Amino acid sequence: MRYDTIIIGAGLSGLAAGIRLAYFDKSVCILERHTTIGGLNSFYRLRGRNHDVGLHAVTNYAKPGTKKGPLSKLLRQLRLRWDDFALCPQIGSSIAFPGHTLNFTNEFEYFQQQVSEVFPEQKDNFAKLVKAIEQHDALDLEREKVSGRKVVSSYISDPLLVEMLFCPLMFYGSATAHDMDFSQFVIMFNSIFREGFGRPYQGIRLLLKKLVKQFRSFGGELKLRSGVQSIREKDGKAIGVVLDDGTVLEADNVLSSAGSIETFNLCQQKNELVKKYQPGEITYVETIFSLDCLPSELDHHKTIVFYNDQPDFRYENPVLPADVKSGIICSPNNFDYDEPLEEGRIRITALANTDYWMNLSEEKYLEEKKNWCEKIIDSAVRYIPDFRDHILDTDMFTPRTIKKFTGHLNGCVYGAPDKFVNGKTHLKNLYLCGTDQGFLGIIGSMLSGISISNAYLMD
Amino acid sequence: MSTEDIRQVILEILERIAPDEDLTDLKDDVPFRDQMELDSMDFLDIVMELRKMYRVQIPEEDYENLVTMDKTVSYLLPILKDVNSPA
Ligand SMILES: Cc1cc2nc3c(=O)[nH]c(=O)nc-3n(C[C@H](O)[C@H](O)[C@H](O)COP(=O)(O)OP(=O)(O)OC[C@H]3O[C@@H](n4cnc5c(N)ncnc54)[C@H](O)[C@@H]3O)c2cc1C
Repeated sequence: MRYDTIIIGAGLSGLAAGIRLAYFDKSVCILERHTTIGGLNSFYRLRGRNHDVGLHAVTNYAKPGTKKGPLSKLLRQLRLRWDDFALCPQIGSSIAFPGHTLNFTNEFEYFQQQVSEVFPEQKDNFAKLVKAIEQHDALDLEREKVSGRKVVSSYISDPLLVEMLFCPLMFYGSATAHDMDFSQFVIMFNSIFREGFGRPYQGIRLLLKKLVKQFRSFGGELKLRSGVQSIREKDGKAIGVVLDDGTVLEADNVLSSAGSIETFNLCQQKNELVKKYQPGEITYVETIFSLDCLPSELDHHKTIVFYNDQPDFRYENPVLPADVKSGIICSPNNFDYDEPLEEGRIRITALANTDYWMNLSEEKYLEEKKNWCEKIIDSAVRYIPDFRDHILDTDMFTPRTIKKFTGHLNGCVYGAPDKFVNGKTHLKNLYLCGTDQGFLGIIGSMLSGISISNAYLMD
Repeated sequence: MSTEDIRQVILEILERIAPDEDLTDLKDDVPFRDQMELDSMDFLDIVMELRKMYRVQIPEEDYENLVTMDKTVSYLLPILKDVNSPA
């Protein structure tokens, strides 16, 4: 069998790319190594409970009927209806720093008001920053990189506000430590503060189910348990792949969502290529608690709390196994659903030292998970009501888990620091999409798959 | 295909691209962009849908002819004149 395009990976970017290509009558096959779809945003069942892997919140929320913005663009490109994703809006989130808390909802005016109440002397500066953000074309792919911190600090003169603005934006979308490119800052600012958070009642399963159904209905082929062992090349061109079991598949184009270095590792010149690029180093541990009550019954109503117990926010690969000075507390219950979710859940995410978790023996690994899980809760209950007496079940994943199930080096959630924005590689007909192309998150990665397909794979 | 057939084809394309949109009141002389916020990606999709259905190639410099329903129909009329109307 020869395909027009083979896609490596059935994560959100691969599925979105597949839908575009299949819709326009290309023969396309998505190959996924894992037993199920979703990649970094998948789902699993453990001790009788359904869990999402990655989903805290879908960013870029838009109300039904919205005609503009990334979500509407995405739905049109995938020929889906708003109801297919059925996003319920968040109740309200916050950024908590020592002595200062900024709340935000999906109404941007409310956030502007919060900034002027909490930082009255920064009101005008913030308005200027917002204006600069509005005027910045973040999707201009030719633009030089500039330090986001530099630009933002040129408007905002209170360093604490700068840190508080960067905290959620870096947590939810920076592949680089300490600072992010200003364009990426703008993309994340808009997707979180301007557009906001939503979640389907049924979690990521719903989105993934819709995507696969759409892909199949347009004639696309999806093969699970079909890892790609190598990419076949001829005269500097990709001509197909070899699967883990030795099966050879031919294709005119190969589109990989596995990551940049991860993809180069499948190529003949891997030794030279891999030396040229740095893998990412930002990754997380996440703890998931099932509760015997709803968080609201404990008087916890926030959708997401981004906290940091120091005046400055350190977004980096921590020296300790996990950094409990800062974190993200998400309650999937605290969205505006028609009816409450079956069970109360709290998820807490903290920056993690990837090498530490990768190199532990199996026995020590389990012990350390337990150990750090406790430290993480102890830290988080400074910011939300103490829920420790209500825990029914706990799960925790680490960079090691992410590596195991998605193949991403170092278990990195946002991939390598250097992005391949135009999707091109050293091989003709081999393209990158997803995390390492540079559009991040659930909506971002789908737009990435769409953009790269539109640019190269439609003729 | 007749003018009316082509109009119907375009309507169906728009319905597929923006299934949430109510097109019953679509005005034929007002730009799609203003009524439905179609952007360049959407216009490209109209072109690709036409290519998929009728194998017609529309060069980029002609995209400006797809601004309104009226203009689109008159642009496509000679191109699709030998195509049978959809069943
Ligand atoms: C803990 C966590 C929380 C997150 N929370 C959010 C959130 O709240 N909101 C949000 O918007 N985003 C969130 N994200 C980010 C979001 O999940 C990702 O940005 C997005 O899913 C990336 O999709 P992708 O298609 O680029 O990559 P992936 O999902 O990684 O897709 C790549 C796929 O390729 C497969 N693969 C790799 N190598 C091979 C091979 N050789 N052969 C075959 N298949 C292969 C992998 O198994 C994987 O399925 C979170 C991520 C994590 C891990």
